[in-house]
Amino acid sequence: MTILVFLEHHRGELEKGCLGVLSKAASLGEAAGVVLGWGAGEVALRAGAFGATKVYACEDEALAAPLPQPRVDALAALVEQTGADTVLFAASVLASDVAAGLAARLDAGLNWDLIDLVLSDGELVGKRPALGDTVVVDVGWTASPRLALARAGAFDPAESGGSVEVEQFEVAFSDFSTLATLVEQTQEESSGPSIEDADIIVAGGRGLGSPESFSLVEELAGALGGAVAATRAVVDAGWYPYSTQVGQTGKTVSPKLYVACGISGAIQHKVGMQSAGTIVAINKDPNAPIFDFCDLGVVGDLHQIVPKLTELVRSHRA
Amino acid sequence: MKIAVCVKQVPDATVHKRIDPGTKRLDRSGEAALNPTDLNAVEEALRIKEARGGEVVLVSLGPEKASESLRKALAMGADRALLVADEAAAGSDLRGTSYALAKALERVEADLVLFGQASSDGDGAVLGAAVADRLRRPVISQVASLRVDETSVVGKRQTEHGYDLISAPLPAVVAVSDAINEPRYPSLKGIMGAKSKPSETVSIQDLGLSPETVGEAGSRTTVLELGPPVARGDQVKIEDDGSAAQKILDYIVERRLA
Repeated sequence: MTILVFLEHHRGELEKGCLGVLSKAASLGEAAGVVLGWGAGEVALRAGAFGATKVYACEDEALAAPLPQPRVDALAALVEQTGADTVLFAASVLASDVAAGLAARLDAGLNWDLIDLVLSDGELVGKRPALGDTVVVDVGWTASPRLALARAGAFDPAESGGSVEVEQFEVAFSDFSTLATLVEQTQEESSGPSIEDADIIVAGGRGLGSPESFSLVEELAGALGGAVAATRAVVDAGWYPYSTQVGQTGKTVSPKLYVACGISGAIQHKVGMQSAGTIVAINKDPNAPIFDFCDLGVVGDLHQIVPKLTELVRSHRA
Repeated sequence: MKIAVCVKQVPDATVHKRIDPGTKRLDRSGEAALNPTDLNAVEEALRIKEARGGEVVLVSLGPEKASESLRKALAMGADRALLVADEAAAGSDLRGTSYALAKALERVEADLVLFGQASSDGDGAVLGAAVADRLRRPVISQVASLRVDETSVVGKRQTEHGYDLISAPLPAVVAVSDAINEPRYPSLKGIMGAKSKPSETVSIQDLGLSPETVGEAGSRTTVLELGPPVARGDQVKIEDDGSAAQKILDYIVERRLA
């Protein structure tokens, strides 16, 4: 199996999710990375440590902005040039568009939301949770190339060391692929560790009652050494920045511990955090949906419980 | 301005969903509704029409009975519907679905094609970008606000890192997120009026597609096996009697999480 892994990068760093997919790919077959855009050659060098034997890089001006369609052109050209039979992506807003466009372009099969990839009698099989993660479905491909999007956080990057050969390549872009243009980019930065990389996340929802109560969440996160996340409702209300939003229109996270404070657990939020290792929920409504999928559910007033818990964690760690 | 909105009928959110063990497909026999994010796309189309004039055309791939769900979007204010209903298309994966919708959209010849970003019945947020590639049109996804003028669209895309403003000339494809607006409820007048609005049903062959490009025959992916239900482990639920904070600490310490 020859696998291409789409390696997304942001501010000169390869995304952790992509490195996880790369490590997985290296365990399944011969894995090469693809890095596109400004500084690609430089960024590409770091992929060797995660199992790539080769990285294809293209720094064409048309790939400078994080837009999907020129990337479809680049990957389609590479699949043809290398004869790769599998192309893997770590899910993101950009990667989902690239994978979908590439599937249409190559008339290929795309499976998404995969939490694992295995070889069964030499054939690639994807594991996809369904029905609100209550069952896992085995999915396959009936033709090559096979395209797959892995759920965010599905695979941990495994640093094995090793160097990599970087090969620059050229792309002929389709006429329609460069029509969309980036006008402006606004980065939202939250303080503290990023929620995608955090092992522990403390999240706040509407049950906090007021934006000021987010300090309770921040203090608990600080005590646990974790990051702060928020639901769409409180982001829309302006209580917390969008960069911390978990859920369907925000980020997908998979920390070891997720503490949900005043979060009802609507499906839109659930899809962003359901793969957390352990979920602790504090909510005063005993019928909140989050109690159906958390590990430890606490019915009570978070304004009482959270500050107490913060104190207890601090003295435990001291 | 002619705006096409791609909508999909999905099992109603309140219905307990199941996968048919025989076909390994989602059982769609129960109560159905329009995919929630598609309502945001319909709402956005109506707002553009109200501001600029024009026509809103619904385009859908689904069973014959999906016309009932389309009726709801017509009641919101869409002008007409084009439903691709064909037994041969049942079980289509992304390949077949994107072929059928692209062909239907070529018929409509819209200036702007809107999608809801993701469907609630297990589809990835991938259809808009796939259809855009088949139509050879620019695409903007995950759009939280949209500005339209005679010749172009500017969409505000929400990403993992913040917001991107992306501009594209018309005709273009845009996938909207549920953050873009609050869909209206149909008025009584709208509901009455929807009954007389034109709704056309076409087959795969009507669109000039061979049946082998859609359905299971045209799929490039396959469902191999349904696994056993996933156990989340033992759930513990307690009521706070003053000791909840200590119990939470004990729980996470025991699991080496603190």
